[in-house]
Amino acid sequence: MATESRRSEEAAQEKVPRLSGTLIDELQDLCDENVFGCYQCGTCAAGCPFIDEMDLTPDEVLRHVIMDRKEVLRSKTIWLCASCFTCAERCPRDLNITKIMEALRQIVLRSNIDETDMTGLTEEEKRSIPQLAFVCLFRKNVG
Amino acid sequence: MELLYYPGCTMKTSAKNLESSAVAVLRALGHELREMDEWNCCGVASSLTTDDLMHHVAPLRNLVHVEDQGHQRVVVICDMCSNTLKQTDTRVKARKADLDTLNAFMDRENDYKGTVKVQHLLEFLRDEVGFDVMRKKVKRPLKGMRIMPYYGCMLLRPREVAIDDAEEPRILADLIVALGGEVVDNPYKVECCGTYRTIEQRESTARRAGKIASYALGRGVDAIMLSCPLCRFNLDVRGKEAEELIDGYSQVPVMYYTQLMAVAFGLGTGSCGFETHAVDPIPLLREKGVIS
Ligand code: SF4
Ligand code: SF4
Repeated sequence: MATESRRSEEAAQEKVPRLSGTLIDELQDLCDENVFGCYQCGTCAAGCPFIDEMDLTPDEVLRHVIMDRKEVLRSKTIWLCASCFTCAERCPRDLNITKIMEALRQIVLRSNIDETDMTGLTEEEKRSIPQLAFVCLFRKNVG
Repeated sequence: MELLYYPGCTMKTSAKNLESSAVAVLRALGHELREMDEWNCCGVASSLTTDDLMHHVAPLRNLVHVEDQGHQRVVVICDMCSNTLKQTDTRVKARKADLDTLNAFMDRENDYKGTVKVQHLLEFLRDEVGFDVMRKKVKRPLKGMRIMPYYGCMLLRPREVAIDDAEEPRILADLIVALGGEVVDNPYKVECCGTYRTIEQRESTARRAGKIASYALGRGVDAIMLSCPLCRFNLDVRGKEAEELIDGYSQVPVMYYTQLMAVAFGLGTGSCGFETHAVDPIPLLREKGVIS
């Protein structure tokens, strides 16, 4: 089986885009969400199917953005989010966390930092995995 | 009636059997699915950032070609394509400026006039064929088959493009009942299958498939019915791998709704392409007397 996660901690450390402004400034151009509306209820975290693997819960990601803690761009969470829209559907403040996650990924990807490395893929995986999965992964994790 | 449909790449590669079974059951219901001309990949994942219009070009070009071919409706079989085409259609209908920019950019295409309705095949079956008509077509009811409907994400979220209730959908359950089967409900029915994470998080996707099916296994489920080609791969192929990871776990057959409709309509398994499934559904269908 392929390794569970292909990114090493050191590689992650290197992968921090330099931002001139605050995270909020960056996000404003990428999504129309008012992150200050979040009241930290944790509904997004409660329903996230990938919460077990995340280093920050989705509500913590929002809190990091509000506090301009740019290390959120190094979190595993933004890459483990699969855009399932469960949090966006359930948020009582109608925040689209799915879009916020995508915006955070885009900040990284647009500074020419890709997240995906296909070199470890086996022949069996290349043959068997449906192509739409690859297109989807490249759309999400490659700039 | 002739129905124009958008196949998408997956119908031509890993889910040929979803397309062939859809064509067969629609024909049995008196509708001819006709593949649209000049289609291209939809891009699979809809672009979610406000400033990124570029990734809406591919979906929009398909909608332009539906208009060019004189149609106001396009039926889509793949859940991911349906979601992506609908999201682009919704965005350009809500934001005229975006539509103008995209139309100007696609200078070799006609402008999109916004006249197309993107319809998932399941919506067509529910809203225009109706469960009663489908029930009357059943020759080999799925009697005694305990089936778990699995919806995943793309049919239900985001809400602007949902075809059913996000928390308590029923379209697949209603179809199972119409085909004579028994519905096994499961709280994981609306939870993500792991989608493209199947590439880089293979083991966790297999465990997820096992978790989704385990609950239903405890309730005596015989099979899982779904509609999305990527969910099928994850629940069936990765689900089979979960047998090595989860003690006592045993994978049940995973089938598209169109395949179960085909056998229930008495069309046999010719259009079903079950040989590509990790768990062959044929022994189960024989045991239940649905096929001979
Ligand atoms: S569900 Fe909405 S309001 Fe609650 S913590 Fe998450 S983002 Fe904030
Ligand atoms: S969209 Fe992302 S963060 Fe939200 S529930 Fe799904 S995986 Fe979790």
